[in-house]
Amino acid sequence: MDAIILQTLNGLDKGSAYALIALGLTLIFGTLGVVNFAHGALFMLGAFCAVTVSKLFQLSHKASEATGVDFMGQPKFEDVLYVKEWFGNDLGAWLIDWSVPLSILFAIPIMIGIGFIMERGLIKHFYKRPHADQILVTFGLAIVLQEVVKYFYGANPIPTPSPMAFRGSFDFGVMLGFDPNVIIYPYWRMVYFAFSLTLVGGVFAFLQFTTFGMVVRAGMADRETVGLLGINIDKRFTIMFGIAAAVAGLAGVMYTPINSPNYHMGMDFLVLSFVVVVVGGMGSLPGAVLAGFMLGILESFASLNEVKDIIPGIDQIIIYVVAIIILLTRPRGLMGRKGVMEE
Amino acid sequence: MLGLNRRDFAMLLLVAALALFAPFILNPFPTASGLSQFNAGYPDLMQRFVIFGIFAIGFNILFGLTGYLSFGHAAFLGVGSYSAVWMFKLLSMNVLPALVLSVVIAGLFALLIGYVSLRRSGIYFSILTLAFAQMSFNLAYSVLTPITNGETGLQLALDDPRILDAANTAGSVPVTSLFGLEMRSAVTLDLAGWSFTFSVGYYLCALIMLVAFYISVRLFRSPFGMMLRAIKTNQQRVNYTGLNSRPYTLAAFVISGMYAGLAGGLLACMDPLAGADRMQWTASGEVVLMTILGGAGTLIGPVLGAGFIKYFENIFSKINDSILHQWFSFLPDWMENLLVNIFYPFVGKGWHLTLGILFMLVVIFLPGGLVQGGQKIARKLGFGKKSNSDTPAE
Repeated sequence: MDAIILQTLNGLDKGSAYALIALGLTLIFGTLGVVNFAHGALFMLGAFCAVTVSKLFQLSHKASEATGVDFMGQPKFEDVLYVKEWFGNDLGAWLIDWSVPLSILFAIPIMIGIGFIMERGLIKHFYKRPHADQILVTFGLAIVLQEVVKYFYGANPIPTPSPMAFRGSFDFGVMLGFDPNVIIYPYWRMVYFAFSLTLVGGVFAFLQFTTFGMVVRAGMADRETVGLLGINIDKRFTIMFGIAAAVAGLAGVMYTPINSPNYHMGMDFLVLSFVVVVVGGMGSLPGAVLAGFMLGILESFASLNEVKDIIPGIDQIIIYVVAIIILLTRPRGLMGRKGVMEE
Repeated sequence: MLGLNRRDFAMLLLVAALALFAPFILNPFPTASGLSQFNAGYPDLMQRFVIFGIFAIGFNILFGLTGYLSFGHAAFLGVGSYSAVWMFKLLSMNVLPALVLSVVIAGLFALLIGYVSLRRSGIYFSILTLAFAQMSFNLAYSVLTPITNGETGLQLALDDPRILDAANTAGSVPVTSLFGLEMRSAVTLDLAGWSFTFSVGYYLCALIMLVAFYISVRLFRSPFGMMLRAIKTNQQRVNYTGLNSRPYTLAAFVISGMYAGLAGGLLACMDPLAGADRMQWTASGEVVLMTILGGAGTLIGPVLGAGFIKYFENIFSKINDSILHQWFSFLPDWMENLLVNIFYPFVGKGWHLTLGILFMLVVIFLPGGLVQGGQKIARKLGFGKKSNSDTPAE
């Protein structure tokens, strides 16, 4: 019993990342009909927004006065952090501590901007080309983005810790009446899960309850008719591309304390999130979210030793097996609309 | 001649001449000169040129003719490598049985994956092949360790059975050979400053590549090839004409899988070692890059693309900032530093960036790849032909 709860919890945070990336992917596919292989790179760029912010907060200069002598007898100058100098010691320390959540504010405009540039500059020219061309050009773009990041930040993972307040783990077991230390769960993963639920809820609310969202949904259903009604649907779809990029970026920002970001983290997530989209159904937003969480939890269950004893290696391939079965038996995915991308 | 028309035969001769004289062509600079680092005429790299050429030719049979974009072809390459190394371990160090087995196993594997994947087309086909390849990669890393030796990779050992030539395993691990002709033996010819190396391994690879190229030319010109092109142009119409397109696409998939297996087997013959990273999906992406860059659907494009990327990977990536400083040293200092700073991100370790940009440019502006680019230039200069049977009709 305790193992089941623990694995469900463990699956949630991976599932959250899958769900967020897949949500953005399917948003782009549903609106623009573009298969975006560079979406993993957007996730990675978001993570590096967090790295940039924490690096900016760490900028320092040498103090003008010596504070003592070092062991060689030379006068010693301490490093003074700019944030501490400008905002005072306490606020400065707090800013550095909270750099990851604060990067959200920084990442939103940056990611929306990148999304705009990408759509207007490149993707726009590929609407009429076959899906294979879209895959190829975005694959090339992913390589370019990845290499640019590698040039500026190096190839090694860069640790970016979460705020002090969220380090350590929460003992779930005690709350549910189990022994202590049986079900423990890191605080930050809870935060990540809550954050992704909020973000998913926000995107759905935006699409469901605003006029803008309504027009976008109408455009997803029948682009031509909406265009004929005199609505500039292209402009709105471009904005949706920006939003999808921001969702992927924010998923990346908050993921940094869980796994130190490196330049190829996007590629690692890309394949899986494509599988998630296909399982959920191309173009279906609830499908992507559902499939993301489902596959995340399934994956963590498959890594239970009891399961691995029955079928060795199942934890490595479970997601692909599910995807293959779904694609062969129900090509429109779990919640895909009938007739959309069935062949 | 050989069942080819004159143009195709000329092209085959051209490829044969290029392959035969590669040790000269790729070594244009004297060994002592500063430019000798651009020489690509050493056996290891030349072998890679032709082996990945075979891989790309095979991929082109699937993607160039039928339009099915497979993102999992590296799996067949990996399977080919593993089976070749197992043949070396169990039977003999002769490369022939190893190559035969790797082609057969890769073909069977492709039959299995193709049978399932080809039920879908378009993006779903890409994702299915991607999923299968990642699955094989993950399995090779974890559960199949008894067969694949996991992270370390499969290697030869002294106590392998080697049924056919157990007698000569004394002392050191034996080397791969073709009926006694060792793969790594080479003759070096020194000619007034130049040094050319002719290796047995390279010429075996080149010979096999020529055969593979010849088969692909015949395939492109055959009724079977026409059928595949018809599927690419409009599969629905083919189906409505009453033709079942599945067997044709499956045959193309299996053939291209066998090419990949052959390439993997050759890689193992040249260096008897097989690792799971050969099967990773980025490796599949590489062959896609090669084919598109050279020109998908053209005969010679994939070979050019493979050579181009492998040359970049091995030569371009060696340019570091001190070499750049050397090049621009004739300029004033500030200009030298500026130019070095501009070029530095694109060379050396950053060559992937150049590759990515180049690839994007090709996809955007030259869907026919470098071959199409060459033809365009040739036509501008006035000595191109009116119609070119190499270019895809679309």
